[in-house]
Amino acid sequence: MADQTLHRTVERAAREDGDAPVVQPPATRSGVIGWLKGNLFNTWYNSVITLVLLYLLLQIIPGLIDWLLLSAVWEPATAEVCRAASGACWAFIHEKYRLILFGTYPYSEQWRPTLAVALFLGMILASCNRHFWKPWLALAWAIVLLICGTLMYGGVLGLTQVPTTRWGGLPLTLMLATFGLAVGFPLGIIMALGRRSHLPVVRLLSVAYIEIIRGVPLITVLFMASVMFPLFLPQGVSVNNLLRAQAGIILFAAAYLAEVVRGGLQAIPKGQYEAADSLGLTYWQATRLIILPQALRISIPPLVNTFIGMFKDTSLVIIVGLLDLVGSAKAALTDPAWRGFYRESYFFIAVIYFVFCFSMSKYSQHLEKRLNAGTRR
Amino acid sequence: MALNAERDTRVSSSTPFWYDPKFRAIFFQIVTLAAVIGGIGYLVGNTITNLERQNVASGFAFLDREAGFAIAEHMVSYSAADTYGRAFVVGILNTFRVALLGIILATIIGVIMGVARLSNNWLVAKLASIYVEVMRNIPLLLQLFIWYGVITVSLPGPRDALNPITGVFLSNRGFMVPAPVEHPIHFYMGIAFLLALVASYLLYRWAKRRQIATGQQFPVYRTALALLIGFPLIAWVVGGAPAVVEVPELRGFNFRGGMSLTPEFAALLFGLTFYTAAFIAEIVRGGILAVSHGQSEAAFALGLRRGMVLRFIVLPQALRIIIPPTTSQYLNLTKNSSLAVAIGYPDLVSIGNTTMNQTGQAVEAIAIFMAVYLVLSLTISVLMNWYNRAIALVER
Repeated sequence: MADQTLHRTVERAAREDGDAPVVQPPATRSGVIGWLKGNLFNTWYNSVITLVLLYLLLQIIPGLIDWLLLSAVWEPATAEVCRAASGACWAFIHEKYRLILFGTYPYSEQWRPTLAVALFLGMILASCNRHFWKPWLALAWAIVLLICGTLMYGGVLGLTQVPTTRWGGLPLTLMLATFGLAVGFPLGIIMALGRRSHLPVVRLLSVAYIEIIRGVPLITVLFMASVMFPLFLPQGVSVNNLLRAQAGIILFAAAYLAEVVRGGLQAIPKGQYEAADSLGLTYWQATRLIILPQALRISIPPLVNTFIGMFKDTSLVIIVGLLDLVGSAKAALTDPAWRGFYRESYFFIAVIYFVFCFSMSKYSQHLEKRLNAGTRR
Repeated sequence: MALNAERDTRVSSSTPFWYDPKFRAIFFQIVTLAAVIGGIGYLVGNTITNLERQNVASGFAFLDREAGFAIAEHMVSYSAADTYGRAFVVGILNTFRVALLGIILATIIGVIMGVARLSNNWLVAKLASIYVEVMRNIPLLLQLFIWYGVITVSLPGPRDALNPITGVFLSNRGFMVPAPVEHPIHFYMGIAFLLALVASYLLYRWAKRRQIATGQQFPVYRTALALLIGFPLIAWVVGGAPAVVEVPELRGFNFRGGMSLTPEFAALLFGLTFYTAAFIAEIVRGGILAVSHGQSEAAFALGLRRGMVLRFIVLPQALRIIIPPTTSQYLNLTKNSSLAVAIGYPDLVSIGNTTMNQTGQAVEAIAIFMAVYLVLSLTISVLMNWYNRAIALVER
């Protein structure tokens, strides 16, 4: 841009002068050739690297396109047709996509999880708009989550009841991540405040909880949830597997969210606390009205990143026997007629995960820029 | 924290004692502690009752009992007749092995990818950023399944194993590479290497002192490299240069000889390495970008050469930014190695899981998990904090 403007200015000056002829920049400095020379072949070793990489890409990409698109079986077909073809078997996905997306949810009722996911995604899209960041958004979320839960579980309004053991696939993944964040967040705020408290006992307990949970893998927390929760409860009280895993994820998320919120709290200048004190606000008034609104605003971008991490981590619930997206993709592979199409199955859910996580991370970057717009110099 | 710290704690006599901040602090702490202890006590009480009802003897006595299950990969000798305690040791060592190798490889690949993203070669930068975005946005567990699928389903059987280089075989039973036959000289070569390390350190100190005193430089890094390679080489030649290398051979249905990576280990190692490398690449890129451009301009103005600018000006400053987040990536890698249970690599969690199923000692097994991972996390934190202090800015 700047180059062009400069070039135009120079040209105009030359024209006004009238004597110096207008000379175009040499072909090796501008246009396609100039770009190639500047970005791919600027030194001898860069030229070598470029050529080697181009050679490797030429080796890989045609085969990949052939497998993905050209030789792939697109129309519904049997496994035999797929095995005979050299490309990907998208017929497998066509056959199994409802199992992969919704797990073992009753086939005739699958419009319910579809609707629930659609509502949920609509809410997420709406929440991306900063104009909607008002208190009623939280209320709207609560209502939508309630509707989603009712749709999934049924038992009212003529919907047949579907036990949680049959839930699976994408709705389960979204649910585990969302409730992990929604319930873990208040816990995390309390823990973050506790970690910065001047009461030694409160501080110590918070630090111990946060550091212990962050020091062990999620799998051990899930194992603990699935094996030890039944032992914790008095005789006769039982909690189903899904809720236990959800509780494990909430406890795990709370520790990580606490650290995110603490980061926000630490960024609040001391003057804010002192000003609140001098106005005569109590600790809770100051926290609620002065400190948290500022701290949470700062921690929104890292919060989105934590949510991305949690969205990916929910895949671990397969270890305690739940069929989330990864679990149902594996389950689809156990059909003896369709054995061996793991590439298609994994590719399908990898694309789903990628679309979700990539768009969220782009949104978080965008948000960071927008939220810093006021403070940037 | 600052809220009440500087508040005047003297109270006038007319104020009731429950408005006294000191009283309140103590009161709230006692209430919190009582609630936490009460809650834990309630859970522990329930657990004890439930365990008694299930006839599970709590305690770690089961560690001395015979395990009765085989473990495919073990670094110390182990058989099904050994105890559960030994099985746990095998698992811990397997976790160590994959975590250590993963950390080393992820650092190398991560640094390369991070620098590549900043390359002025457009193709290199684009490919590196595609790598980072794809790896970061797909769950690790799914990546492990994909690697495991690639190795066990897509690679040919041992009979028509891929043979890219002489002596290296890739098959669905794992990767086979040639390995030198064990020989006593290897022990002495190890000692020679340690001696070379000590010699290099002394050389470094001497060269530094000489440079401070006289201003003369000494090529420390090249000499140290020569020492580190030279000493073991001399030991090897003196020992008669035993050059027996065992090449893997196909016998029956599988390979014999050489060194082998099982499919489970290979899948776990690749998955952990490439996943974590993507995060390290972003950290490295951020660290280098954070060093202000004026620093390298000033260095060039002082007449330093390109390599020297990188080594003396940019890297030391970038490292300070890179180290702390890299530490947490190392911790993540170590913790993520517990995903081994999903593909059947016998790490701590997977062996603990088998033990739990056989004995019902869930509480003890989970206690062992937590203890081991906490110790591992703390060790890595302490080591990296020590390194971080060593390179931290010394303010005068």
